[in-house]
Amino acid sequence: MAKKNNRRAKIVGTDIELDITEKEDVLIESHDEDHDEHHHHKETFITKYIFSIDHKMISKQYLITGLIMGIVGIAMSLLFRLQLAWPEESFGVFDVLLGKWATDGVMDPNVYLALVTIHGTIMVFFVLTAGLSGTFSNLLIPLQIGARDMASGFLNMISYWLFFISSAIMLASLFVEAGPAAAGWTIYPPLSALPQAQPGSAAGMTLWLVSMAFFIASSLLAALNYIVTVLNLRTEGMTMTRLPLTVWAFLVTAIIGVVSFPVLLSAALLLIMDRSFGTSFFLSDIFIQGEVLHYQGGSPVLFEHLFWFLGHPEVYIVLLPALGIASEVISTNARKPIFGYRAMVGSILAIAFLSTIVWGHHMFITGMNPFLGSVFTFTTLLIAIPSAVKAFNYITTIWKGNIQFNPGMLFAIGLVSTFITGGLTGIILGDSALDINLHDTYFVVAHFHLVMGISALYGLFAGVYHWYPRMFGRMMNKNLGYIHFWITAISAYGVFFPMHFVGMAGLPRRYYTNTNFPYFDDVANINVVITLFALLAGAAQLVFLYNFISSMFYGKKSVMNPWKSNTLEWTAPIKHMHGNWPGKIPHVFRWPYDYSKPGAKDDFVPQNIPLKKGERELQH
Amino acid sequence: MTLLLVLTSLILISIAVWQLTKILELSKPVDFENSEIATDNDNDMQGKFMFLFLIFIYALTIFSFFQYGDVILPESASVHGENYDRLLWFSFSIIFVVQTITQALLHYFAFKYRGNKKRKALFFADSNFLEGVWTIIPTVALAGLILYGLFTWVDIMTIEENDEALVVELYAQQFNWKARYAGEDGVLGDANVRFLQDFDGKNLVGIDPTDRNGDDDVVVQELHLPVGREVVFRIRSQDVLHSAFMPHFRAQMNAVPGMINQFAFIPNTTTQDMRLRPEIVKKVRKINKIRFDKSEVLTANGDFPLDPYQFDFLLLCNKICGASHYNMQMKIIVDTEEDFNKWIDEQLTFKEFVQ
Repeated sequence: MAKKNNRRAKIVGTDIELDITEKEDVLIESHDEDHDEHHHHKETFITKYIFSIDHKMISKQYLITGLIMGIVGIAMSLLFRLQLAWPEESFGVFDVLLGKWATDGVMDPNVYLALVTIHGTIMVFFVLTAGLSGTFSNLLIPLQIGARDMASGFLNMISYWLFFISSAIMLASLFVEAGPAAAGWTIYPPLSALPQAQPGSAAGMTLWLVSMAFFIASSLLAALNYIVTVLNLRTEGMTMTRLPLTVWAFLVTAIIGVVSFPVLLSAALLLIMDRSFGTSFFLSDIFIQGEVLHYQGGSPVLFEHLFWFLGHPEVYIVLLPALGIASEVISTNARKPIFGYRAMVGSILAIAFLSTIVWGHHMFITGMNPFLGSVFTFTTLLIAIPSAVKAFNYITTIWKGNIQFNPGMLFAIGLVSTFITGGLTGIILGDSALDINLHDTYFVVAHFHLVMGISALYGLFAGVYHWYPRMFGRMMNKNLGYIHFWITAISAYGVFFPMHFVGMAGLPRRYYTNTNFPYFDDVANINVVITLFALLAGAAQLVFLYNFISSMFYGKKSVMNPWKSNTLEWTAPIKHMHGNWPGKIPHVFRWPYDYSKPGAKDDFVPQNIPLKKGERELQH
Repeated sequence: MTLLLVLTSLILISIAVWQLTKILELSKPVDFENSEIATDNDNDMQGKFMFLFLIFIYALTIFSFFQYGDVILPESASVHGENYDRLLWFSFSIIFVVQTITQALLHYFAFKYRGNKKRKALFFADSNFLEGVWTIIPTVALAGLILYGLFTWVDIMTIEENDEALVVELYAQQFNWKARYAGEDGVLGDANVRFLQDFDGKNLVGIDPTDRNGDDDVVVQELHLPVGREVVFRIRSQDVLHSAFMPHFRAQMNAVPGMINQFAFIPNTTTQDMRLRPEIVKKVRKINKIRFDKSEVLTANGDFPLDPYQFDFLLLCNKICGASHYNMQMKIIVDTEEDFNKWIDEQLTFKEFVQ
């Protein structure tokens, strides 16, 4: 058990620093045994694993639920990629999974649209909002700010269970008679409002809306909790400018969520009204299936405004936590302070502010007044400035570093790479004039998958690899991690880089097949390439899943601070316990990025180590 | 062929990664490091992979441009489209340069500063100068792009109606397009979905029968446009959202039920001239080769072969609208003024049609 390597650990709460050789694991374990004996009789299986109010357990619940939803979402994308590469071919896997919706194994067009819709919904909301932000906000906010738990553990539990109900309803909607919602993840009415327009707009859409209502409630409760916790429960010495950038990102994300999610709820409620109670908020002058409908005076464009008032900030709700995780992982593994801490905080705030006033760039050609289009172009392109600052700061952080290529670090660097590649094409799409001909083509699909899909997924993976030891007390296998990263990185570019060309050929998205008329016959072979890379990427995720599950049971036991990190979560014992620290909560004396500080004995100085005599606290 | 190449390279890449990690594992002295934390060996190997990955990104970019560059839309066939294309390629060249440089810095630094026990990282936490540089440079570049973009946008979206302009209504429904010409009076008759069932359904776009302006309107299923004359589109939908997307003219506007949207452009190339353009000839030849290969398979199975393809402009639906969204299109034919006039004279007016 005893390790040969020399490490430093802290006995927390006593503020005594010790050098421990060959004993630390034993020490940590004995510590935990005490703790277990102390608490076991109070906790039942249900309070520990199911209705837990402990933020660490809730974070694991979010992660595992998010991963399960991720498996569903990614599997769906592979199914429709098969259809796109080999249109209207018969596949056994369609026969098995889609049943009556794939007669003779050929996918039905309505099911294609349903798969695209639910893939988008699941990936954006269930995986990258709840799975990413839910997991790491829960895990890291209390641990990194030095709090015993969230401000309200009970609300925290409720927010997870609302998310669980929402996931269950969304999955249940896959099994209704007429199929799940199929109007695209943006569910624009009238398509989503009228069951006559497509079968998915019947019971499937009702369930989608109900599920999202639960989801929004969950995310609001969670966000309020995060905000209150960060503002009120910081330990002594943890000023706002000593917060790790992860916590900054989670805080600002939560604020954006509180500002924008209620607007989506209003859109959903009004749509429910239109669908079920005969109102005309979004509908007017409609003739469908041989019948003039009674709706008069509503406007689908109003729905688009309400939807994108959340929809665009949602991009940053997904992305900011990933960027926060990247900041932490890159700095730790480069053994260097994050470059430009205040600029990073400033750019997070700038991005958050701008993100709420750019929603119109999804609507340049909806018939919105062209003058508004000009305003939104202006605000949209401004976002490139704080984004560029972040990208350059990451690059400068690794410059002259001593980079430790742990799997989390690979994903964090991968994130910066896809964030740049995907972000740059945003400069094209955010330009109202250029959007005219690229809107809703595959160029858009390539753009947002790289900049928010892949980047945020990389953030999720970086976070899982980095904080796995903190969550489960064991290490994930690094070689499997390397395989996972490189196959994923190559196939992600393999999927989405050629896709820009498909978009520039003028091919609209959400087409069931691209070869029904001859004009796009020449992009068929690109679609095959894209699908092959997608299948490869899917296979790589199996490596991750295997690693994730098996390491939980058979992974090597972790030491207390495996990455030699500065933040407070690594000063708390790993095993499940309420209150995080057995004794007093550690106090904070410095910012979290004192890596390789001249004059320090090691290349890291944790936040709870007091300044030495004459040592200056830089940056503050 | 491409398929085979890609497959082989994919397999080779996977094997390479697998083998490399295996070598890595085997090359480690027994019990040298029994944790899962990156060792100097790992850092060295992964840092080198980072450099290879940079080469991969560049190679993929070059490969894509060479291999897939020819699927990109041909030069614009409308007047404003030329400005559009100029702005597009100007923006592309800027982001291309930024992409090349930043990816190089990111991956090269990752390679160069791969860690080991002896290295010590530089404690470099802030520099107002550097922060200033990469705030100001993007700001200046974006100010230029924003201004250029907005001038182009205002130019495209400002519709100055004159008597010369041809007014055409594009009418969307699940799952087809119709076009309505204003006729000799140059004014489209009022229309609403309430009138769709009049005349036993022959009132295809719901023209108000009491509005005399509608009498000479012409409703067709194939869009003809005269070259060199401004066309003002009024875009309607009768059921769900659609989007009138005319990629060759760099034109798109949504069709929204309850609303009439507008877009205008001047076509500057006839369908005939377009078919003679070298890049179109090449594209058509390529597509026909694909169709010929497919036809061989089809005839071998006893099916009919595919028709040979001839280039035509298209109006596509570009907003998800239901099951047959993928096939909601209309042919656009750009004619000379005379041919256009001849064609429109042959069409039945609304009054003639419903009688």
